[in-house]
Amino acid sequence: MSDKAKAKKSFNSNTLLLFITIVLFAVLYAGGCIAYGSKGFTHFQTFLNILITNAGLICVTCGMTCVMLTGGIDISVGALIAMDCMLLAVGMKNGMGAVPMVLIILLIGAVFGIFQGFLVGYLEIQPFIVSMAGMFFCRGMTAVICTDQVSITQEINPVFYAWANAKVIVPFGGYINNKGKYMAPYVRPGVIVALLVLVITFIMLRYTKFGRSLYAVGGSAQSAAMMGLNVKRIKMGAYMLSSFLCSVGGICYCLNTMAGSVSQATGLEMDAISSAVIGGTLLTGGVGNVIGSFFGVLINGTISSIVKTNGKLASSWPNILTAALLFVFIVIQSIFAAIRERNK
Amino acid sequence: MWKKIKSWPLLLPVVALILVMAVNIIHDAATGANPLSFFMISLRDTTTSGTILYGRIVDIINRGSEVAILAIGMTLVVSASAGTDISVGSVMSLCASFMCMMLAGYGVSSTTTLAVPLVIGLVAAIVMGIVCGAFNGTLVAHLSIQPMVATLILYSAARAIGLLLCNDLIVYVRNPSFAYFGAFTGPIPTPIIITVICIVIVSLVLRKTALGMYIQSVGINAKASRIAGLNSKLLIFLAYTLCGLFAAIAGIVASSRITSADSNNIGLYLEMDAILSVALGGNSLGGGKFNLAGSIIGAYTIQAITTTLYALGVSSIQAPVFKAVIVILIVVIEAPPFKAFVSKLSAANAAKGVRA
Repeated sequence: MSDKAKAKKSFNSNTLLLFITIVLFAVLYAGGCIAYGSKGFTHFQTFLNILITNAGLICVTCGMTCVMLTGGIDISVGALIAMDCMLLAVGMKNGMGAVPMVLIILLIGAVFGIFQGFLVGYLEIQPFIVSMAGMFFCRGMTAVICTDQVSITQEINPVFYAWANAKVIVPFGGYINNKGKYMAPYVRPGVIVALLVLVITFIMLRYTKFGRSLYAVGGSAQSAAMMGLNVKRIKMGAYMLSSFLCSVGGICYCLNTMAGSVSQATGLEMDAISSAVIGGTLLTGGVGNVIGSFFGVLINGTISSIVKTNGKLASSWPNILTAALLFVFIVIQSIFAAIRERNK
Repeated sequence: MWKKIKSWPLLLPVVALILVMAVNIIHDAATGANPLSFFMISLRDTTTSGTILYGRIVDIINRGSEVAILAIGMTLVVSASAGTDISVGSVMSLCASFMCMMLAGYGVSSTTTLAVPLVIGLVAAIVMGIVCGAFNGTLVAHLSIQPMVATLILYSAARAIGLLLCNDLIVYVRNPSFAYFGAFTGPIPTPIIITVICIVIVSLVLRKTALGMYIQSVGINAKASRIAGLNSKLLIFLAYTLCGLFAAIAGIVASSRITSADSNNIGLYLEMDAILSVALGGNSLGGGKFNLAGSIIGAYTIQAITTTLYALGVSSIQAPVFKAVIVILIVVIEAPPFKAFVSKLSAANAAKGVRA
């Protein structure tokens, strides 16, 4: 087999995975529409609600995908979001403005990421251990800042409150409710931010030098170094990006919850990882893209939305279903890997 | 002599443990208490469990039992597969829920009489643990899935399945025979005895058979071990199954301690502590050579740190900050690039001395 044909083949099996993910999302969503059509599942707004609830997760998953492309992992994201929300809430309660607080949060995210990235890239410590320490640190720091739940109300910060309650009307897909009134579908500003992050990350991964070098480092760090890439700096960059995007996600998350509390966003890191894996990103690095991860998030969101609409299923079902999906996907991935190995 | 100490594998965990003790002594001295109160062990009469051993060390060893038991399995997994089993905490919870569901009957939230004999409950928990371990092992060994992703499945599913089994309730089994595993045998806390039995059995098996060496050799180079005639897949599978078994034992202890199956809280974050003990014990998370004694000392060191932090007045939700700082310090000291940097510095200093 010529090199070109080989490249095409491996490209195909990756696109096939992405295709399966998208089809699965469509099937799940269609299933939800058929089963719960009478409960309003067919409305366009239901889809937008999935986006609204998961805006933060989309940002986090984009960052997580970049880290996973280099063959690393960042499990500190959930705790970092909790710390971000707590800082936002406490900062605003003490009279800080919304814009300075957001900038501070983004700065903290970047600095935190640089620190983690330094430990992983330059000191060659296992990513899992570094980000686990990061997770402990952020979760504990959240409690050090404040142990109680702090809410952001209109009196505390009208600007942030206005952001959270702003509706961005979508010009299509509305419906007329049973009182004969036209209900225009809407999204929250967080969704716009999340989609922007998604598009920018997609472009960055595909067309910029940094994005492409992430794939190179994940494919083989040794070859990348021989090619003249600064592997250490690229790894550090990936972690910085992850924590930064996580902070962006934290702000989106906070716009949804409007509160800071110690137990917020527990287990979010696992949601992000499973979304990325369902979307076709390999934990060994070098394979994956954010579009797949985006659909991974949508699949997770659809499952919880279906369980919520049903109303009778136990609250633990989304976890079990997501885990079952994850199982199916990694088995498919490993079968593909085996086939590729055999064709070599 | 110095070189010998420097190359001692238990150096790191022992130094950490000594540091923790030193902090305790200084704290006691500073607050005017007896500086050695950390080491005091006394017999105390209680109304509930008779005469029992009492003291901070006893408490640390007792509370550290679950982590120590988990650390045994985790050490084997890390050694054989160069990966970590992040599902142990959830599997603990699932085993505890399954056991309490069997003992109390489905849908019963509180009982004082057992629905089935205690032995059946215990066997059920252990079988559940082994099944979970075998599931992880199959994924890692036979489907060659990265350990973290493979165990991520049970990490998120096991706790949820446990909740389903318990019908979303906290199942209380208020029966003295069940409470025994978390209570006292004579003056000694039973969890300590269970831990000691586990450690003794495992170290005997590792010493007397070649299993330990096989596992290490698979961890160092799976391909070479296979060519040398070892069944690498079976050994990795075995390591995960054992890890599941120990998770079940830890689950039994944890649930017996509180005489209930609290699916949401049993074993929460314990996988992190178990992995940490392995790393703290001087084992490389990259697989290969392992040191069981190191992991066990690591587990008790972590518990000692936690207890010390509480003694210093740090609340349980703020304690992770200090844990994180300690972890980072330890791994940075252990990191090869840092060691190289330090030895370069000292070499430069020596060179300067020669020139002068």
